[in-house]
Amino acid sequence: MRRFVLFASLRNHFRRRFHSHYINQNQTHLLSSRFLSSSMASSKSSPAVTIDTINPKVIKCQYAVRGEIVILAQKLQQELQAKPGSHPFDEILYCNIGNPQSLGQQPITFFREVLALCDHPAILDRSEAQALFSTDSISRAWEILDQIPGAATGAYSHSQGIKGLRDTIAAGIEARDGFPADPNDIFLTDGASPAVHVMMTLLIRSEKDGILCPIPQYPLYSASIALHGGTLVPYYLDEARGWGLEISELKKQLEDAKAKGITVRALVVINPGNPTAQVLAEENQQDIVEFCKQEGLVLLADEVYQENVYVPEKKFNSFKKVARSMGYGEEDISLASFQSVSKGYYGECGKRGGYMEVTGFTPDIREQIYKMASVNLCSNISGQILASLVMSPPKVGDESYESYCAERDGILLSLARRAKTLEDALNSLEGITCNNAEGAMYLFPRIQLPEKAIKAAEAAKCAPDAFYCRRLLNATGIVVVPGSGFGQVPGTWHFRCTILPQEDKIPAIVSRLSDFHKSFMDEYRD
Amino acid sequence: MAPKPLDYELLNKNVKKVQYAVRGELYLRASELQKEGKKIIFTNVGNPHALGQRPLTFPRQVVALCQAPFLLDDPNVGLLFPADAVARAKHYLSLTTGGLGAYSDSRGLPGVRKEVAEFIGRRDGYPSDPELIFLTDGASKGVMQILNCIIRGAGDGVLVPVPQYPLYSATISLFGGSLVPYYLEETANWGLDINDLHQSVAEARSRGITVRAMVIINPGNPTGQCLSVANLREILHFCYRENLVLLGDEVYQQNIYQDERLFISSRKVLLDMGLPFSKEVQLVSFHSVSKGYWGECGQRGGYFEMTNIPPKTVDEIYKIASISLSPNVPAQIFMGLMVDPPKPGDSSYEQFVRESKGILESLRRRARMMTDGFNSCRNVVCNFTEGAMYSFPQIRLPPKATEAAKQAGKVPDVFYCLKLLEATGISTVPGSGFGQKEGVFHLRTTILPAEKDMPEIMSSFKKFNDEFMEQYEDHWGYSRI
Repeated sequence: MRRFVLFASLRNHFRRRFHSHYINQNQTHLLSSRFLSSSMASSKSSPAVTIDTINPKVIKCQYAVRGEIVILAQKLQQELQAKPGSHPFDEILYCNIGNPQSLGQQPITFFREVLALCDHPAILDRSEAQALFSTDSISRAWEILDQIPGAATGAYSHSQGIKGLRDTIAAGIEARDGFPADPNDIFLTDGASPAVHVMMTLLIRSEKDGILCPIPQYPLYSASIALHGGTLVPYYLDEARGWGLEISELKKQLEDAKAKGITVRALVVINPGNPTAQVLAEENQQDIVEFCKQEGLVLLADEVYQENVYVPEKKFNSFKKVARSMGYGEEDISLASFQSVSKGYYGECGKRGGYMEVTGFTPDIREQIYKMASVNLCSNISGQILASLVMSPPKVGDESYESYCAERDGILLSLARRAKTLEDALNSLEGITCNNAEGAMYLFPRIQLPEKAIKAAEAAKCAPDAFYCRRLLNATGIVVVPGSGFGQVPGTWHFRCTILPQEDKIPAIVSRLSDFHKSFMDEYRD
Repeated sequence: MAPKPLDYELLNKNVKKVQYAVRGELYLRASELQKEGKKIIFTNVGNPHALGQRPLTFPRQVVALCQAPFLLDDPNVGLLFPADAVARAKHYLSLTTGGLGAYSDSRGLPGVRKEVAEFIGRRDGYPSDPELIFLTDGASKGVMQILNCIIRGAGDGVLVPVPQYPLYSATISLFGGSLVPYYLEETANWGLDINDLHQSVAEARSRGITVRAMVIINPGNPTGQCLSVANLREILHFCYRENLVLLGDEVYQQNIYQDERLFISSRKVLLDMGLPFSKEVQLVSFHSVSKGYWGECGQRGGYFEMTNIPPKTVDEIYKIASISLSPNVPAQIFMGLMVDPPKPGDSSYEQFVRESKGILESLRRRARMMTDGFNSCRNVVCNFTEGAMYSFPQIRLPPKATEAAKQAGKVPDVFYCLKLLEATGISTVPGSGFGQKEGVFHLRTTILPAEKDMPEIMSSFKKFNDEFMEQYEDHWGYSRI
């Protein structure tokens, strides 16, 4: 038998094969198919990759944001296109996903100018470019291209992202927080989601490893934990107190998990919240930092909505800023903070740009994070450039500053108005209460479903909130995501609706939703 | 103080096992030296634009216009952009709902997937279903998604060629599966021996491993060989008999440097084989905008196409894709342009053809220059680069060299490559990063340095190598330092 030299990892694979429990597990599970395939060439056993033989973690994980109700909506949309008038509405209104530009939000002009110039640098040398692009977008493009070796935006970059762009982002973080940021702590990724996956990969060794997640949560977390074979340890946000986070609840859930033999490794906090839309008070954030420090938990701070705050009494504070303000440094708390170009006022979802800033990790962990990043070589360059623009937009005195501000403020003020309008509308409906949308892009109203409706849902083999959402879709074309996709206190029902349809569509949405709800309640009122 | 969750000892051990030499030790050392001011020639990764290859003009024009749609209505747009680029930009924008800034369908824009399916249909002569084509942020992400579905645990094995592109070994490690190696035969032009495949599988099974999938890289990386139709048929028969899903990494399909074995897709061969194979063998094929004559690595654009994968499995794969929401939209447009480039009659056609041919013909010349250059060196033998972007010469290290490596605590080819780097600034990847037979050493370099720089690079290499061999060879019983 030929011997071979591969790196140690492969040798280890073969050594581990001799652990009997692997062999036993394997043999009992797949004995029949192996037997068939090796002995009977003519009669085929079932194909290699079927629903029964796929990785069970894949089966286990769920992601409702693009789940069942959305698939149904797409089907209805096709029917509408094929046969106009076949439904009691003219169009499908996708309020299921935080995808602003798909609903008419315009991108920030300056950002797109810079990206276009970086995509096609050949035109920068041409004088005609002045006729088409603002002066500061041209100079920003030059600045960025000078930071890219050979100005080659088509080349794989450093696996953490282009150094010069990370410098810009670090400076932006420092300007935001008042505390320094190190470009070597920054890992640019294809959106924030892949960065979350990297952290879950590092943290989860087996189903005995738990991650504390808010309930309700953005289901990337539950899906990612399931995919990596870990255990989600829920902590409940308090709906009666503006979806507040209570440390006592965190402690209780942590202790319960420990008692079950789970090693809790990290705490996820989404601030501003998704789907819950609350902005954490600074004192609350300090309690969380203290809790993580004491319990030795990694704090995973999802801060992608940091620019979406709609109420004057609340302000976004990054967890890094809060920790540093408390006097806590690298030795005190391990923190991974996530930011994205998809949200805020820029809403550039399709670009897949984002980063995580990791602080409080030892060099050997940082090496492992780097190694993981390197297997995928790098994130897309255009997204990297955009992340640096988001963290360092036009300043006072720049040619584009005023138009940039007008665009930005226009979008943010409109979002705040839409949040209020929809929130008020929902609160006016029978049996519906909706907490104040302080930030993010969603409303998460609670519906008191009558007993009759719950029974009807059971008969339809459907969760009650999914039943309501499906009926809403079929009657109005409005697509929302049932609360069960995010988690909720058992026996309570919610749905998540975005605040993103353009302002001129909001009145129609409000009236259609109200009419539907009234007739639904008429049908099912106890 | 209590150990913290991300202390090294408590890290997911699969992460620790992962190795990816392409950006490993050599690359890090090269980067250090570069910071110190040394001129480094990075030939460690297939990254054409980093070595001076220019992007094709037309796609960049189209994507720039898509980024800034307000240009399309500007009366001055014709000063900088040809009419067909403007038309194409409008076409791609019409395929989106909201332009480049909106998440697309998690599988990619339906309109682009349709263009990909049409390309595959033209290429292979069989229709392809857009619903079975998923666009991804680079082919690597697609490979990881599919392997994640296949690997349930350590008992699941994946056949991987040795030498291989270490994405496969890294991903299998990460997902806790087992890599089952099959050897490519260097003396037979890196050909695949079906008997060796049988042996590898039997050996794995005897250790309780369920072999579930087989990876082929065609054209090969790092080896460059182009598989013949006969070889592909053998492989597909093998997968049929052994109940394996075939993963066909075909990202280098445009990079062919000889005329005896042109690229033929695994799917075409499978469908040509007819029933029962054409309906039974499960196949996933991967492609990318990073290679070929496009070289648009930084865009992160790719796709996979599924053949004979059951609908429920496709649904699960879709579900996983949906968690990441969508692949990046600009790269999807690059993919559309790649599969549907300018045609005769388009105003950009001639420029496009001139640019593409220029790149491909130059790659062909460089493949030849490098192979010949390596073969002229002492103790170096190098198979011709039939395809892809790499040269993978075998370095016959004398015993004294391997001894010196051991003293230095380094694997012999790492030792050689570090010395090469220090002496010449040429940054390569040691063969151990790809796998090789025990006691046989290689290095991988790309054929991508600019043509005008090649003669100097090859003579710089030859000078280093021949001096190294002088130093470590034993001549007539006495040793020289």
